[in-house]
Amino acid sequence: MNELLSIILTIITASTPLLLAAIGELVVERSGVLNLGVEGMMAVGAVCGFGAALTTGSPMIGILAAIAAGMILSLLFGFLTLTLVANQVATGLALTLLGLGVAGLIGVSFVGQPGLKLPLLQIPGLTAIPFLGPVIFGQDVLVYASLAITALVAYALFRTKLGLIIRAVGDSHQSAHALGYGVIPVRYACVLFGGACAGLAGGYLSLAYTPQWIENMTAGRGWIALALVVFASWLPWRVAIGAYLFGTVMILGFSLQGQGIGIPSQLLSSLPYIVTIIALVIISGNRALMRANTPACLGQPFVPDR
Amino acid sequence: MRLLLEKRAERSRRMIILSPLMAVGLTLLTGAIIFALLGLNPLRALFVYFVEPLTSSWSIEQLIVKATPLALIGAGLAVSFRANVWNIGAEGQLTAGAILGGLIPVFFPQWQSPLALFFMLALGILGGMAWASIPAVLKNRFNANEILTSLMLVYVAQLILDWLVRGPWRDPQGYNFPKTVSFSGWQLLPQFSLGPIYINLGAILAVAAAMALAFLMARTLKGFEIRVMGNSPRAGRFSGFSRSRTVWFCFFLAGGLAGLAGICEVMSTVGQLQPSISPGYGFTAIIVAFLGRLNPLGALVAALALAISYLGGEGAQVALGVSDKIARVFQGILLFYILACDTLILYRVKLLKSSSAATSPA
Repeated sequence: MNELLSIILTIITASTPLLLAAIGELVVERSGVLNLGVEGMMAVGAVCGFGAALTTGSPMIGILAAIAAGMILSLLFGFLTLTLVANQVATGLALTLLGLGVAGLIGVSFVGQPGLKLPLLQIPGLTAIPFLGPVIFGQDVLVYASLAITALVAYALFRTKLGLIIRAVGDSHQSAHALGYGVIPVRYACVLFGGACAGLAGGYLSLAYTPQWIENMTAGRGWIALALVVFASWLPWRVAIGAYLFGTVMILGFSLQGQGIGIPSQLLSSLPYIVTIIALVIISGNRALMRANTPACLGQPFVPDR
Repeated sequence: MRLLLEKRAERSRRMIILSPLMAVGLTLLTGAIIFALLGLNPLRALFVYFVEPLTSSWSIEQLIVKATPLALIGAGLAVSFRANVWNIGAEGQLTAGAILGGLIPVFFPQWQSPLALFFMLALGILGGMAWASIPAVLKNRFNANEILTSLMLVYVAQLILDWLVRGPWRDPQGYNFPKTVSFSGWQLLPQFSLGPIYINLGAILAVAAAMALAFLMARTLKGFEIRVMGNSPRAGRFSGFSRSRTVWFCFFLAGGLAGLAGICEVMSTVGQLQPSISPGYGFTAIIVAFLGRLNPLGALVAALALAISYLGGEGAQVALGVSDKIARVFQGILLFYILACDTLILYRVKLLKSSSAATSPA
């Protein structure tokens, strides 16, 4: 029972960064922009969050720094792809390469330093309930935040005028422009939101998941988040389900390693990547589903005529 | 103040050449600022980083050694990206090539003949092609995004290599270090002297590959097909070219070259299989392809430029006490500037003051 509880608790912390990064990218892609730089923004978010928390002694300031770092990088991406209409795929790759490089350089002095961990919620009485207490009432604030953001995005995208505008910009930027909506400002806003979420996801890694700085600690999670958006066919709640499925796969791999069974640890470590490929294949093979939900202008440049 | 883009009537040929030069210049300028912020004399730091690697015959040898895998992979990626086939998993294909080619020294360490050399190189190419065929088939059969699948396979290939060198392929006489036997004799690349410096077979293969691909792109129907499929897939389909054939071709080509780069690397610099065999050449080659204008011969020149960034990073660590991780930062900044400057190929950029924008017709 205790073992099951600890596995469930780790699954939640493993899934939260995936959910945060993916829900941000979902909004970006819904507005018609493909930002492949999630991995880079996460890495910089992780190192800035860690460093800020370490210097100030406050994990909360760490979180804010992580968000700011992600937003700065995404602004760079936005300037290139939206203002200078550079190729989105190439610019996203550039952002990842730059982000990983910058994170590695900043992080040199943080290697081996003990980090700060986000405190867990403590509600007298409730958190003490056996099993359900720690799962439901004993998480850190970002676990709740990630679910709240998902709910907010789901509501905003499909129940508000703002969401309608974002989806219009992503599905037909020409029509949205003709109707008088500012395609570029809407996309900038969405790209910045995605950057904030990716930075936050990185900060979660270095402030909650493993409270320390290790180079390459993002380990492809940014890319898995990108795959999750496709897997979820651009629907917010499916992103949440997908994130928790992937978190489960990751943690089951680790805990099987702990059991000392005869499978090589490398095979178990490669499980999330292989599962990502399989998930992509299953969803992408369903062409009707893909056509129904893929933002029609995804990745296409837009130049307003004056 | 706001930026205004004005579409040019046609692609500016001048800017195609000027843009990468501007990007390099801007990167140097940014580098000077970064060094100054780190409290170093920017001019001296830039000299140590970007010029010293060119000043001795030893460092020129090293430059060619580092440029070789970059040029091999970059040339293949240049062709792929031209066709809008986004293979970004070259690092994994490099690893797969090294693993498959490494079969021979691991299982037949006594086999010393030119044939062993030949088979190792051939297996290296095959390994890269086989690994690249996975995203190709997933793209063609299931429409799965090749960017994500090829990238995921990088991690898988590296974990397989890690498992092999720690497990079944570990050198029993290697004092428990995670590595295979050291390659020797014909299982290493032969070296040739070129005046005062030595170069290995890999460098010659890289030049040959770049020239062959430049010919393919400029003078053959296949090259035409790739350019058409990249610029306008619809027009390509009408002229009877098949998208899936283009995808196969590009993945086999870039994968094979990445595999060749991988086996050459372990047959020269590394000399054995070990958990890490490349400082991210497969990713840096993406920058090489863009800096080289998605042209195989351009990639050759660009590979030398990017090789300086690796070598300069090592030099800066020794002479300036800056972490060699700064190399990755410069590489990323360079790609950003290239992409930004490339806007000038298709557009004229005008800066408008917001107040005058309302009144002036321009």
